[in-house]
Amino acid sequence: MTTLIEVPEAEPGIVAPKSKSKGGGGLGRYIVIRFFLIIPTVFILVTLVFFLMRVIGDPITASQGGRLPPDVLAQRIRDAGYDRPVLVQYFEYLGQLITGNFGTTITDRRPVVEVLTTFGAATLELSINALIVALAVGIPFGLIAAQHRDKTPDALLRFFAILCYATPVFFSGLLLKLTFSVWLGWFPVAGRASTRTELTMSGLSAPSGIYWLDAIRSGNFTALGDIASHAVLPAIALGLLTAGVFLRLVRTNVIGTLGKDYIEAGRSRGVSEYRLVTKHAYKPALIPIITVMGLQIALMLGGAILTETTFEWKGLGYQLVQYLNARDFVAVQGIVVLLAIIVAVTNFIVDIIAALIDPRVRY
Amino acid sequence: MSTPALTAPKQPLFSRLPVISHLKKSVGLQRGMLVVGVVLSALFILTSIFAPLLAPYGYSQLSDASGSFPTQQAPSSQHLLGTTVGGYDVLSRVIWGSQTAVTVIIVSVAMSLFLGVALGLLSGYFGGWLDRILVVIADAIYAFPTLLLAIVISIVISRGQSSFWGGIFSCAFSITVVFVPQYFRVIRAETIRLKAEPFVESAKVLGASSMRIIGRHIFKNATRTLPLMFTLNASEAILTLAGLGFLGFGIEPTSAAEWGFDLNKALADTSSGIWWTGVFPGIAIVLTVLGLTLVGESINDLNDPRIRGRKRAGRTPVPGTPAAPTTPSTPAEAGKP
Repeated sequence: MTTLIEVPEAEPGIVAPKSKSKGGGGLGRYIVIRFFLIIPTVFILVTLVFFLMRVIGDPITASQGGRLPPDVLAQRIRDAGYDRPVLVQYFEYLGQLITGNFGTTITDRRPVVEVLTTFGAATLELSINALIVALAVGIPFGLIAAQHRDKTPDALLRFFAILCYATPVFFSGLLLKLTFSVWLGWFPVAGRASTRTELTMSGLSAPSGIYWLDAIRSGNFTALGDIASHAVLPAIALGLLTAGVFLRLVRTNVIGTLGKDYIEAGRSRGVSEYRLVTKHAYKPALIPIITVMGLQIALMLGGAILTETTFEWKGLGYQLVQYLNARDFVAVQGIVVLLAIIVAVTNFIVDIIAALIDPRVRY
Repeated sequence: MSTPALTAPKQPLFSRLPVISHLKKSVGLQRGMLVVGVVLSALFILTSIFAPLLAPYGYSQLSDASGSFPTQQAPSSQHLLGTTVGGYDVLSRVIWGSQTAVTVIIVSVAMSLFLGVALGLLSGYFGGWLDRILVVIADAIYAFPTLLLAIVISIVISRGQSSFWGGIFSCAFSITVVFVPQYFRVIRAETIRLKAEPFVESAKVLGASSMRIIGRHIFKNATRTLPLMFTLNASEAILTLAGLGFLGFGIEPTSAAEWGFDLNKALADTSSGIWWTGVFPGIAIVLTVLGLTLVGESINDLNDPRIRGRKRAGRTPVPGTPAAPTTPSTPAEAGKP
């Protein structure tokens, strides 16, 4: 969620209230309980998306209606089994999902899983780049803002954070393109790499799909430069969106820790203000960032769709928009469900990491 | 104002209104932020109300008495902000766009407020299996990318293409589905806290019905944070609307002006150096979201007594002067360690 303000946490009503009485219960128990919480989350989203997409009719009419003669259309609907009761289709769909079958796209007849493996790497690459930008901007600026609390640098940085939030990625992307590609000519306008590099990259054996990783592995440094110059603007556009959130989070938490007794003790021993912030208050303030990073994954995926469209970055989001425009709802449903699983699993991993670092998290 | 009475006399309704009361107790930097936010938001609302008077042309007007509008023309005296690739006047579309944005905000926030508050109150007060189920559903939706969900809902409602009200409602519904879990979580948590308060207990003892307790005692106390959530969600609603429009799931240009849609069309212009078609709708989005967020932020800070800057005793700042955002708070805060 993009909400800037920490909304009061809802009661962990469903998180195994019984374990509370045991006081702790151990990390293993927490991991197991947390793992089983993924299932209802994914199940609800799958159900929601499935029935929503069926409300508007069968996917074949949606994408091919008007283009095919009615009898051919009816034949194809029957072949695909869309003329059966919705509930039967629903349980069949659930069964397919369990075996890892996310359906086959209607327009280009590719398995959705293949679409994911082809384009997922590009989205992952974009998200990693953006995360680097977000952390590189958010953490130092947050520390500065906390150190100069309520003074000019803090006011400016807080304003900057709100501005980051208020600017949609596609607008910051447009401004970056206009300034740095069109007027200054420093960076390419769009795409992940120039055509030559793309060809080199696809010719590699066992590519990871993450271009800079592949370029480093194959020792191709001209390609690496090309990839880097393509990556800069999208990474900034998407990264700034999250940077504002990180900045505010670091600021609030460092200010919180600076009020603690042990900081006061350090101050009375004559530890310098700078050292207090960078050594003593900094680390405990980073724990909430890990938790929030998990929540940011959802925001980032949403942002990635817009960023990829802005920069013609051929990732999952870009592909999703193509399928949307082609009214290929099987593909849309498959990608959305896959993304839901990715988000749920990422949140799970992040929660586990947070629990490993901070024992207070365990229920 | 400086009466030493222990209980403050009850203020007139006007000064108890959310933003007004916050303005009164704010000081320094916080007041500056609030004032800037209020001014921007007021500007946004006024523009939307007076759009028919302010805009030189209609949002879908392509020609006037002197002939068709030129396409992709740079800003000139006739078209102050230039024209788009389709021949629309950019200034007019920016102004009319505020009307679309306000309508979507009102519809979506009203719907999500109603649903979220009602479900939150019921779920929090009665608990039980209904509560469990609602929490799981709300958490599932909450964790999901906002935009993706909005896209799915928008397909369902309007199948992508839409008229003015069709588009408004499909955007508003999409945004509602995204927001209800947020309202629900906050109101539910607050209700659970309030349920244990002595005044609820005593109402129960006196024989008040559940509906009366929820409606009278809990509702009023649990909804304190709503002005804050309203402003924040209004800004998020604008961003979601613009995002949907940008991806082509907004409103047709002939039915209404929508900033996100215009930005989408402007994307192709950038490579040829045409900046005016994209920059102005973009600025409109940024300023609107900025204004609403500043208001929300300030209300949040002012509601929290630990963060709130305080007026210094004995010296009341001259009311109404938006103290320069940076300087005055410094001496006040300098006294703190």
